[in-house]
Amino acid sequence: MRSLLTRDPAARRPLLHTSYRSEMALLNTRAKRWTVAVILLLALSLPFLLRDTDLTMLTRGSAFAIGAIGLMLLTGYAGQISLGHAFFAGVGFYTAAVVSGDPAERALGFGVTEILVWLPAAGLVAAAVGALVAPLATRLRGLYLAIVTLGLVFVGEHIFEQWRSVTGGASSGRRPPAASLFGYRLDLDGPYFTRAQQLFWLMLVLLVIFAVAARNLARSNVGRAFTAIRDRDIAAGVIGVDLTRQKTVAFAVSSFYAGCAGALYYLTFLNVNPDQFNLLLSILFIVMVLIGGVGTISGAIAGAFLIALLPWATDWLAGVLPLVSTRPSDTWNDSVMEFVLYGLLIIGFLLFEPRGLVGIWNRIRNWWTTFPFSY
Amino acid sequence: MTDFLAAVADGLGRGSVYALIALGFVIIYKSSKVISFAQPGFMIAGVVLVTYLVQVSWLGFWGAMLLGAALTALLALGIERAVIRPMIGRPIFAIAIITIGIDIIIRTVAHAYIGPLVRHVDDPWGRDLIQFGPIRMEQRHLAAVVTAAILVTLLFLFFRYTRMGLAMRAVAEDQEAALAQGVSVGAVFATSWALAGGLAAIAGTFAAAGVSVDNTFWPIALYALPVIILGGLDSLPGAVVAGLAIGVLRALADAYPDSLTWLGSNPSVIVPWLVMVLVLILRPYGLFGTREVERV
Repeated sequence: MRSLLTRDPAARRPLLHTSYRSEMALLNTRAKRWTVAVILLLALSLPFLLRDTDLTMLTRGSAFAIGAIGLMLLTGYAGQISLGHAFFAGVGFYTAAVVSGDPAERALGFGVTEILVWLPAAGLVAAAVGALVAPLATRLRGLYLAIVTLGLVFVGEHIFEQWRSVTGGASSGRRPPAASLFGYRLDLDGPYFTRAQQLFWLMLVLLVIFAVAARNLARSNVGRAFTAIRDRDIAAGVIGVDLTRQKTVAFAVSSFYAGCAGALYYLTFLNVNPDQFNLLLSILFIVMVLIGGVGTISGAIAGAFLIALLPWATDWLAGVLPLVSTRPSDTWNDSVMEFVLYGLLIIGFLLFEPRGLVGIWNRIRNWWTTFPFSY
Repeated sequence: MTDFLAAVADGLGRGSVYALIALGFVIIYKSSKVISFAQPGFMIAGVVLVTYLVQVSWLGFWGAMLLGAALTALLALGIERAVIRPMIGRPIFAIAIITIGIDIIIRTVAHAYIGPLVRHVDDPWGRDLIQFGPIRMEQRHLAAVVTAAILVTLLFLFFRYTRMGLAMRAVAEDQEAALAQGVSVGAVFATSWALAGGLAAIAGTFAAAGVSVDNTFWPIALYALPVIILGGLDSLPGAVVAGLAIGVLRALADAYPDSLTWLGSNPSVIVPWLVMVLVLILRPYGLFGTREVERV
């Protein structure tokens, strides 16, 4: 009731900002504060409500979201189209796997299972590789960059397959990183909670940290330089944005996120082959960014969860549609449906809702804020 | 020397396949300034169609290939009309990503029709060899080179002497000026997609000659990307020359793996991509492409 009784104009009109600081605040309206609080509370309590298999899908969604946020910074904010995200995810994964791997195993490993060590290492090595690739990217624009980064995925896949001592080779692969926090193993069933529950909470906390960091970057001068480059790179250069430097920063930061996402995503797997880091993974990241809503961090998260939870939709479709089955031997099985849905989502969103899930959410919100009037 | 020439002959055969696919990329790029990532999809769709059509006994291999190419062209035409045309005027990036979506759908459906087993285009050559003096060449490669030569000649005549070819050249030069002169830009887009689809189907059929088609067949079409970068995105002769060059380079990498041990085993997989990166550093507009002029 405070908003109706108080004399403070800012409190009565949530969209009226009386200072730059309040307008740029992370959660600049009360509705946003409440929504975020409710979503976080709900998310924290999910491990008590869901089965472990469903929880693992959400865990993977969180890891995807971290990678998608990275690509969002590069593609959605800085406007550099990269199809090479899977390569950087692979670099991060193998760094983490080497740092934390069991020295007794066949693949190279140093046995440091502390997540606070291997996660930053994964991100930093990927960022370093990203910064190495960036000089090429700063010379190229638009679709040329897309093709080069696509080539990067193929070169990367080849390297991963050849470098057997690190990756285990094409046929056998290697185990994902072992995760412990201050000596407590998170990737094994603990005395109180199961492995799936622990990994879910870990991923949720990391997602919040990564998302807030990205949002802060986006609303800083670096983020404004990114958007200037996206909107018109030559004009941005004219008004004093150092193009080479900012593009390198964008690539390095994006690769850092991709590396962390790669290391985290495969925690939920038992064995990882080098062909995991293929073009499809890159395309999936692009899809997450696009259907989430270009230029918004929340969009990247929404898109990532939509993609990660798509198997639920295909399971449901397999039950509803008469021709679709779950038998892999049939022509129209559920994995075929999954890929067709990826394609349809890309085409549908680009044709009908280029602003993505965030655009849909904004329209719903505007409809309710002005209810019962349409404007 | 004989080994070298044999590798070159082998490479020319593979290269004609890349050249045909790359021509499709370039034709679409010239008309609409979009790189269509749907080409692998059209290629695999064409191949799968051909593998089913060859089972119709009266068609034969050539009839099946031509009918398959025509049907793929129709498919490309329909997709252009339904999905790409509404996107005119939207950012190039968005259209390129839509073509990725198209590619995923076509490829998935085509793979579903390949099924768990492999399929064959039942070509008349298999892996038979033909002898030219000291050089042995696979017949299927010779057929690919000859077919590519015929198609390139036909395309040249089409662009040079038909009204539609003239219209396409006009649109490539300046879309708005062409529109003002009464050229139907929509028809040009449709034709370019149909041509690209048909070429991809024929290229795929020759790539599948002598081997079997399965779910790992489609990346062949992606080698057309280094080709168009090497030749220049907007150059038809560039696509042909660069296609043959990339084919020969791959064949040489296969023939002399010992000199490329630093690339690991099977170096021919990444040689085209390394060439592409090199070209982009030295000559970003390709060997034959026009240098891009940026207006602010």
